[in-house]
Amino acid sequence: MGNNKSDMPPRRTMDVINAGMEKRKKSEKRFQFLGQASILLAIGFLAMLLISISSKGYGAFQQTYIKLDVLVNADQIDSEKLNKGNYSALIKASIRSLFPDVDGRREKRQLYGLVSQSAAFKLKEMVIDEPDLIGQSVAIWVLADDEVDMFFKGHIDRNVEEDARRIKNTQIEWIDQLVAQKRMEKRFNTTFFSAGDSRNPESAGIWGAVVGSFYTLLVTLLLSFPIGVASAVYLEEFAPKNKLTDFIEVNINNLAAVPSIIFGLLGLAIFISFFGLPRSAPFVGGLVLTLMTLPTIIISSRAALKSVPPSIKQAALGVGASPMQAVFYHVLPLAMPGILTGTILGMAQALGESAPLLMIGMVAFIVDIPAGVFDPSTVLPVQIFLWADSPERAFLERTSGAIMVLLGFLVLMNALAVILRKKFERRW
Amino acid sequence: MQVDVLFIIVILLSLAAYFFGRQRALKTAGGQLRGLHSLPSYYGFFAAIWSGLPAVLLVAAWVVFEPSIITKIVVADLPEEVTGIGHDRLNLVVNDIHNLVQGNLTANEPNIHIQAAAEQYRHLQATSHILLTIISLALVFALGLIAVRKIHPDLRARNAVEELVNVFLIICASIAILSTLGIVLSVLFESIRFFQQVSIDDFLFGLTWSPQTAMREDQVGSSGSFGAIPLFTGTLLISFIAMMVAVPVGLMSAVYLSEYASNRVRAIAKPLLEVLAGIPTVVYGFFAALTVAPLLRGVGESLGLDVASESALAAGLVMGIMIIPLVSSLSDDVINAVPQSMRDGAYGLGATQSETIRKVIFPAALPGIVGGILLAVSRALGETMIVVMAAGLAANLTANPLEAVTTVTVQIVTLLTGDQEFDSAKTLAAFALGLVMFVVTLLLNVIALRIVRKYREQYE
Repeated sequence: MGNNKSDMPPRRTMDVINAGMEKRKKSEKRFQFLGQASILLAIGFLAMLLISISSKGYGAFQQTYIKLDVLVNADQIDSEKLNKGNYSALIKASIRSLFPDVDGRREKRQLYGLVSQSAAFKLKEMVIDEPDLIGQSVAIWVLADDEVDMFFKGHIDRNVEEDARRIKNTQIEWIDQLVAQKRMEKRFNTTFFSAGDSRNPESAGIWGAVVGSFYTLLVTLLLSFPIGVASAVYLEEFAPKNKLTDFIEVNINNLAAVPSIIFGLLGLAIFISFFGLPRSAPFVGGLVLTLMTLPTIIISSRAALKSVPPSIKQAALGVGASPMQAVFYHVLPLAMPGILTGTILGMAQALGESAPLLMIGMVAFIVDIPAGVFDPSTVLPVQIFLWADSPERAFLERTSGAIMVLLGFLVLMNALAVILRKKFERRW
Repeated sequence: MQVDVLFIIVILLSLAAYFFGRQRALKTAGGQLRGLHSLPSYYGFFAAIWSGLPAVLLVAAWVVFEPSIITKIVVADLPEEVTGIGHDRLNLVVNDIHNLVQGNLTANEPNIHIQAAAEQYRHLQATSHILLTIISLALVFALGLIAVRKIHPDLRARNAVEELVNVFLIICASIAILSTLGIVLSVLFESIRFFQQVSIDDFLFGLTWSPQTAMREDQVGSSGSFGAIPLFTGTLLISFIAMMVAVPVGLMSAVYLSEYASNRVRAIAKPLLEVLAGIPTVVYGFFAALTVAPLLRGVGESLGLDVASESALAAGLVMGIMIIPLVSSLSDDVINAVPQSMRDGAYGLGATQSETIRKVIFPAALPGIVGGILLAVSRALGETMIVVMAAGLAANLTANPLEAVTTVTVQIVTLLTGDQEFDSAKTLAAFALGLVMFVVTLLLNVIALRIVRKYREQYE
């Protein structure tokens, strides 16, 4: 059959298909390429973001220090009133002694500008701790000014024209001499992790914001976890199918998608104006974030409760437990890993949230470390927002550093959630 | 006595009631569990709740209402010369009194009336605390005693306790309704007050936005006009740019991941996309303002274009990046929900994979994808930090993505941060903007959720 090809009529359909095949295969390739390109683009954005932030921020973990030999002159300090001594004069004298040939008001001011204003406070604390130091000469490492720090880290180019940079030629000479004398070096930046906010970049730190975030999240967790779990248990296990239950469900789904700034308006109008709670307090921040994270926790808790097989509840009921006993002693414990995972993810979301907290006044400039949930404070993302607005180059570095710390916390929380899920979640 | 100490004492006492109740239940049953209706611990909870709960509620209510009641009494006793100065000034006086009571510095040197009032305030406060202590402790002991005496083996303690737990669960579940109600009421009331000063037409359809209101009548350039059209167009422009980035990239990523990618690629790429979703918005804002905006400006300069340093393009682009994972995960869900039989049918007819996706899966998944995109749009409209940090403050009415525009959320933030009086049109305007925002996003969400649900039911 079919031994003579030329006798057969042409197989038209197949020809048509074959003729178009090349084009179709090309478009198939193109489509697949588009898919790959989108994935790569998205991941590329992520990489660009992380690289741009870490390349700007890694420097924040180091800080330039200058070694000064300070003669704690008894003339400047009254040993009765250690608080009132003229410590900045002592610091200035010690800088002058390093460069004895500097003359003239402007030059001197530039010279003093090498050292941070915080140096005098550091000296004061040392002397108050150890009054014996009066009359002696001590060698201390003090913080360098933020511009000096930027120069020393290489962010300011010395080949640029003098007017175009914030550090002057004479200052560069002095810095070179200090480096040659081994009086200037970079060290791990403890200030960044232990201080509150400050107008001077070199003495500004994130600890105040971290503590504020901690208190805010504590309030959020203490309120949203019990309320969220109770709501989920009710809706999933006990709620009768009626209009009220439907209405609650619609509300929860909608609240999950309401813009966060609206919750800030609610906090401002109700918690602060109506109930008269203090502004800028972690307590109010926690209340607002509770309302925001509740939908997340409720939705994930319900999913966890739903995944527990009904046979477990039925077995409990069968041996005589009341419905509530069956849920609280058997279903809920088995759903707990899933609920906790959802809660941690909700907390991570709350940790990164800043828009509603701007509304309730957590944007204030606060130097002190908050000591309770009613103290004025700020939180880590808002601190980032505040610093991002500052013009100084050194604050740019600190902003990126603070972002790295924030991302670090988020990675930790998410890793915890993943571990919890991997380790304890049972598939039935 | 301090209220927190009192609170702890009440809790400790109700704990004691728990043990008494348990003990008594066992004793009345002669130590035989069999004789009891409920487990012994339920009798304990019964006693604890009876004795503790009313007192706890009382203390909480007292703490909430005490300051305002005492303030009312004190103000009523102030002499005429202090109170007859108008509402605003009286508030300052009340503030002074409060500060004086708390031992803070007052704004003005306190005069003799205010000092007397503060003294009276302190006195009333002390009396009220003593009263609270006596009443609440009496309540704890009396109710605890009644509860313990009520306990006998036939008491249905478990049912009583469970009923109360049920009430607690219902209250918790209702908080969702309460917070919706709170949002609606707070934005609505302030908006109504705003619309008493500015007409709704001027607000919704006015073309100029400059919310500075005049301190003096004759001040120049601060008539305060509240036409929100430039804000709406700015918001729409930035959201549009964001969707132009997020929809194609997110959709194609979802298609690739669910239809083409090998398991290994999926295992790596999916979590990476989720990371993109987990990055706080303030970080995106920083990225937009300090990396993307200068970059675009540089590119624009080399092309001879004038790009504003706070261009809509930079904010929109970064917002788009932020929304990619949302679009991709929602589309992933709907694409996976298309039944395999439809794919098999298309393959059986000889379609290539991309033809199957484009001509069969997309049309079938379209409602779901549209729902997902609507959710993403509502997210873009309400996004705050990126635009606050990377978009402008000036309300320009323009469609040029290279110029600076401002958005609704930016204006809400700028109007409400910093020093402000609560009653001016300027701050109230923020609530009116919030109302618009809430209504629009609510509508989008309701429609989107309905579409997504309808779509799911179609294939289940």
